[in-house]
Amino acid sequence: MNPFSSGTRLRDMIRAIRACKTAAEERAVIRKECASIRASVSDNDNEYRHRNLAKLMFIHMLGYPTHFGQMECLKLIAAPGFPEKRIGYLGLMLLLDERQEVLMLVTNSLKQDLNHANQYIVGLALCALGNICSAEMARDLAPEVERLLQFRDPNIRKKAALCSIRIVKKVPDLAENFVNPVVSLLKEKHHGVLLTGIQLCIELCNHSEEALEYFRKKCTEGLVKVLKDVVNSSYAPEYDISGIADPFLHIRLLRLLRVLGHGDADASDSMNDILAQVATKTESNKNAGNAILYECVETIMSIEDISGLRVLAINILGRFLSNRDNNIRYVALNMLMKAVSVDDQAVQRHRTTILECVKDSDASIRKRALELIYLLVNESNVKALTKELIDYLQVSDQDFKGDLTAKICSIVEKLSPDKIWYIDQMLKVLSEAGNHVKDEVWHALIVVITNASNLHGYTVRSLYKAIQKSADQETLVRVAVWCIGEYGDMLVNNIGMLNLEDPITVTENDAVDVVEIAIKRHSSDLTTRAMCLIALLKLSSRFPSCSQRIKDIVTQSKGSLLLELQQRSIEFDSIIEKHQNIRSALVERMPVLDEATFSGRKAGSILAATVSTSLNYVNGVATSAAAPLVDLLDLGADEPAAAAPTFSGGNFLQDLLDVGTSPFPSQSGTTQAQKNGTDVLLDLLSIGSPPPENSSSAPDILSLSQDNKISVSPLDSLSSATRPSVQASSTAMMDLLDGFGPSPPPTKDNGPAYPPIVAFESSSLRLMFNFSKQPGNPQVTEIEANFTNKSSDVYTNFIFQAAVPKFLQLHLEPASSNTLPGNGNESITQKLRVTNSQHGKKSMVMRIRISYKLYNKDVLEEGQISNFPRDL
Amino acid sequence: MHKPGVDPKKLGRIHFVLLISRQGKVRLTKWYSPYSQKERSKVIRELSGMILTRGPKLCNFVEWRGFKVVYKRYASLYFCMCINQEDNELEILEIIHHFVEILDRYFGSVCELDLIFNFQKAYYMLDEILIAGELQESSKKTVARLVSAQDSLVEAAKEEANSISNIIAQATK
Repeated sequence: MNPFSSGTRLRDMIRAIRACKTAAEERAVIRKECASIRASVSDNDNEYRHRNLAKLMFIHMLGYPTHFGQMECLKLIAAPGFPEKRIGYLGLMLLLDERQEVLMLVTNSLKQDLNHANQYIVGLALCALGNICSAEMARDLAPEVERLLQFRDPNIRKKAALCSIRIVKKVPDLAENFVNPVVSLLKEKHHGVLLTGIQLCIELCNHSEEALEYFRKKCTEGLVKVLKDVVNSSYAPEYDISGIADPFLHIRLLRLLRVLGHGDADASDSMNDILAQVATKTESNKNAGNAILYECVETIMSIEDISGLRVLAINILGRFLSNRDNNIRYVALNMLMKAVSVDDQAVQRHRTTILECVKDSDASIRKRALELIYLLVNESNVKALTKELIDYLQVSDQDFKGDLTAKICSIVEKLSPDKIWYIDQMLKVLSEAGNHVKDEVWHALIVVITNASNLHGYTVRSLYKAIQKSADQETLVRVAVWCIGEYGDMLVNNIGMLNLEDPITVTENDAVDVVEIAIKRHSSDLTTRAMCLIALLKLSSRFPSCSQRIKDIVTQSKGSLLLELQQRSIEFDSIIEKHQNIRSALVERMPVLDEATFSGRKAGSILAATVSTSLNYVNGVATSAAAPLVDLLDLGADEPAAAAPTFSGGNFLQDLLDVGTSPFPSQSGTTQAQKNGTDVLLDLLSIGSPPPENSSSAPDILSLSQDNKISVSPLDSLSSATRPSVQASSTAMMDLLDGFGPSPPPTKDNGPAYPPIVAFESSSLRLMFNFSKQPGNPQVTEIEANFTNKSSDVYTNFIFQAAVPKFLQLHLEPASSNTLPGNGNESITQKLRVTNSQHGKKSMVMRIRISYKLYNKDVLEEGQISNFPRDL
Repeated sequence: MHKPGVDPKKLGRIHFVLLISRQGKVRLTKWYSPYSQKERSKVIRELSGMILTRGPKLCNFVEWRGFKVVYKRYASLYFCMCINQEDNELEILEIIHHFVEILDRYFGSVCELDLIFNFQKAYYMLDEILIAGELQESSKKTVARLVSAQDSLVEAAKEEANSISNIIAQATK
């Protein structure tokens, strides 16, 4: 049988595969075919190699593995005849990609074929090289390709030009070798060569400023003339597409002129006339013409501003926008985004049309239009546009709501003229699409609400009304529950009425109803339920008449399988039942949340904040040196990053609770606070019923300790000594203890002095450590970390993480900022507290990781610090 | 070093070409940017899910993983090309049409079956239109001429082989 009669058998295989009725049947046929191809491969069968490879390519397209055919491609390529090489190169391009080692083996064959006497074989080799060459191959074969740029047949020259693009992309150093050949390519008449020469020229300009400068001087005029000739050329059937001579060449010429004209007034000036001609004369009733106009508009936008060209361009886009063809409208929206920075006013004129596009039935158009509208919103039109967008939110597709909600929230946050408007709009969004609202958005809303003291009553009443209608929007429920907890009394008594409000009648029971429904709703998640519990605790004090009812609701959560809920409900139940005297002080209204702190955290240091919270626990508990719990938590201390996410959900909440309790001790005198505080603590502990004799020692420990965080440790060892069940309440205890912060500040001086060290230095960053110790507490070292940016670029989302070995304990305070400006202008400071349990025996070591964003790219730096002063 | 405003990766480059039938069967794939085999199947799955479900009157562009995929349906086949966000979508539509016309000329009103049984031919033609994801030739006539010249080289080799085997057959009789 002869080697070229494989066609029939390939046909048979394809027929057999197509005849399969099920996927299993198809797999069986393929398996059989692959088995026979493998057999033929291992027999090194020359006769059927050609046919086998064709079959493998078909099998490959169906998605089956065909790696065993790779060597067959190489063998076919190495064969002398054209037919073998043709299919061999095709297989090479289809079955392999540039990352496979096998590819290196083909370099030699390629080299021979690039020098082959048969120009079609040269063409095959150029095509394969252009499609899959790796950096090594590019280096090896660049001289051959360079030579082929001057080959006698234009069809080889054009292939060589495209191949050069790939080579330059892979090895930019080679770019300069191609500069001179390109100059002559650009003078050619053959369209294929001209097209590919232009593309290579653009590529070279991207790689080298010098090349760009050179081409700008040498070729701009010539290219303008070529474009003129093409535009004015008479009918040429070979290149004609719907009445336009070679739109592909048009487009590439416009594209190259854009590169040459960008940033150069003279070059821009020289192309002025022809651009005006293209913009006005090109027929816009067919796609080809519109493609040229589109390219022309982009070129006009990018080159230096000259005469009225931009007006012309914006007018073209305006026409596009009102076109009935969706494709044209899509590209118009796309291009108008670029035009906004050039001429905002001109784009604003089309606002109504663009807004209509946001509501289009086509997802691609909607997305573009929404992005564009987002750019168009400003102080003067924000109210109208937001209203339109929110109205549309009610009827939009489910899968578009996420994008739309995010954009509306961002607009409202960025441009709200006043707080009441902000709150109104956010409530509308929460009611319509609360499930799509991100956490930081509703957190920000709460911060704004606490800061708007004159709107508390109005907000809580609006929320109450809203939640009657849209009780299934999770984030709306959360914000409503939080506000009812805080401002429930204002809801019931219509306090702080604004003129525009109608009074409503809400009883205390109605308010509690909202929270009860929310906590019992099966779709409520942990965060919502936990927030409900806090709200209930607060309401129990605000609405004494409902106290018993609230207690009943709280009690129902005691059996929750979620530890957090169980623990909270047990604690809160005990507060409601036994501690009437402190309850009202404990659930005081939250102090105003600091907007600056919050926005700083929102911008990215969320992780850092969580790390410090989680370490907070770790420090407090780990020192108690008690059994398995410690080990678990210790693990967290070694890997703060890993430990962080587990707490992230409750983090904000925790903070809320933290702050919520803090005003309490500051009200009474300091000593009194401590006494009181101890009581609370002991009462909390009484859940685990501690032996009474311990209570007398507790105040001493507390009053002696310099730092409230440290004070936790003896107490905790006390608790773990008594009963393991106390563990559950330790979290809340910690929170409550945090509240005792205002106890006498630690005295800073007197400690031994240590010289500051450069803890970490890279080409982009420097980290300095300043040390201080508290007298009488040699194990504890306070470190002030100072980060300085050595580059000139701004780092954002700056996060510092540290890990220490087990004999050390680390506590990280939140950083002063998460943005680090360039040139060492400002620095970020962050406090660390390290407790060395092996003080005097082992010196400190620390592994650090610093991550930040530079031009939106994540950068990660890591290092180990072992140059700590010895006796820390 | 490159100029601000013009990113080297963002000019005139097609990342891949896909031909998918209405039933989601792949009829041709050509990858100009590196994708591993695994990624390739994933890309095909994702895109056929997105494109085949789009209604007939919608625009021919879908945004996908930060890229744009320009597609056009011809009878039972979807021709798809993936480009950068900034590229000229309308021109890609012309390139797709250019390819289709060349196929049509070669096969004489091309249909899906032609592309199934002669898939190599479709690849040969694509290789005369695009290299490295860039347009190579704007003349349909030139492409047709180059492909048929190579086809006749193959035919010639076949005949030669046939006559040799005939000679051998006769000699060994």
